[in-house]
Amino acid sequence: MTMNKPTQLTPTPAQTVGPFFGYALPYAKDRELLAPGSPGSIRLQGTVYDGAGHPIPDAILEIWQADADGSVPQHTGSLVRDGYTFTGFGRTAVGNAGTFTFTTVNPGPTEAGAAPFIAVAVFARGLMNRLFTRVYLPDDEAALARDRLLSSLDPDRRRTLIARRDPDGGLSWDIRLQGDGETVFLDFSGVEGPST
Amino acid sequence: MPEEINLEIFNADPITEDLANETTEAAPKTYALDAAAESQADLSAEMKAIGESYARALKDGAPAEIQPRLDYAPYRSSVLRHPTKSLHHADPETIELYSPAFGHMDVHALESDLTIAHNGEPLGERIVVSGRVLDGDGRPVAGQLVEIWQANSAGRYIHKRDQHPAPIDPNFTGVGRCITGPDGTYSFTTIKPGAYPWKNHLNAWRPAHIHFSLFGSEFTQRIITQMYFPGDQLFPLDPIYQSIVDQDARDRLVATYNHEQTKPEWAMAYNWDIVLTGSKRTWTENEALGADDDHE
Ligand SMILES: [Fe+2]
Repeated sequence: MTMNKPTQLTPTPAQTVGPFFGYALPYAKDRELLAPGSPGSIRLQGTVYDGAGHPIPDAILEIWQADADGSVPQHTGSLVRDGYTFTGFGRTAVGNAGTFTFTTVNPGPTEAGAAPFIAVAVFARGLMNRLFTRVYLPDDEAALARDRLLSSLDPDRRRTLIARRDPDGGLSWDIRLQGDGETVFLDFSGVEGPST
Repeated sequence: MPEEINLEIFNADPITEDLANETTEAAPKTYALDAAAESQADLSAEMKAIGESYARALKDGAPAEIQPRLDYAPYRSSVLRHPTKSLHHADPETIELYSPAFGHMDVHALESDLTIAHNGEPLGERIVVSGRVLDGDGRPVAGQLVEIWQANSAGRYIHKRDQHPAPIDPNFTGVGRCITGPDGTYSFTTIKPGAYPWKNHLNAWRPAHIHFSLFGSEFTQRIITQMYFPGDQLFPLDPIYQSIVDQDARDRLVATYNHEQTKPEWAMAYNWDIVLTGSKRTWTENEALGADDDHE
């Protein structure tokens, strides 16, 4: 028996999430990975902007992250939260002013010395395919300096992936789909060309 | 329905919202601001030109494009909403190599039947849409979440901001979920959605479609897309469908009618398989062996 991978299948193309997801994708406590105010909880907040600098009122975001110890959660229950289990997944439609708020925890480093980050997927009307990005915690500068992705970016672009630490301990981080300060979006496909 | 649903997020008029504001220097292109002046013929000519340019590139040896273009101007709402810098190639790390876990505590079995959410039967053609979710290596995506939403048979969404003057069906919401089986299969019972108008240009109509949201075994495989029905006359006219410039790639979004699975005097059957991108995680031997039985 070989360990060769089977023949690659061609992926199904994406299409925009469109304007009418508001009654389908959101669910109760979708943005509360744990209850607001509970020990260790922080707020992750920001605004989604278009290329003219205007807030986008019809985007929907997902976050996926390690727990405070840096472990990858593999518990079910993100859609029907039991109030105790940290599943690591959250979703929120942005408000009319393009703003979003998650209640979550600071993810721990998944390996010793790694820079902790939250994985993000961005969907919006007008956006033909989801965009992946990361929001890094700003605190461990040495770890950020060692990070492979951040090190591969110009300072101007690198900045778009690092959250600001708010006085209340929360994180602020905006998403710019286009133009000045355009967020770094990631292609994991491993192939060159307009594939993703 | 959950109370926290934000019913204000819809804006039915992409032209006025995205383009009627003063054009700023950040906007890469400008368009006529008079939406009514843009006819289907104008849009079709733009789409044709892009298609011909793609065909020439293919002939000259460019690789086939398997995903929609993020920068596809005929879909007017995309003009200010696509990154202008190329996506940054990155190796997925840790969390990105795993997917959130969903299970039967998240989704009730009855959520896959969109025709039983209310007291009465919804109007329209009852259909069963089923298929398999596979990853790019041909392995079934088992035990994962599939979410769908759609218009009713008259082409009307239950969404408060849908202003299409077609009737709401009090017996149809148009939202469904399921968890894939061990072989990656999913199945929804629903109503065939109607085509609906939108304001991209004058007399713009979306081909009938069902929105699908899928998770793989890694977060990098996350995708939202739309399933279409075979033979729709609106395909060549629709900028969203045409944003996938490659015909073979577009065809991957079109379901197949299956008469064998059609249930006599009950429901028409459509099949649609979904392939996610390949996995990036290193394979264990068991995973590699298991896939041999299942890939097609
Ligand atoms: Fe739609």
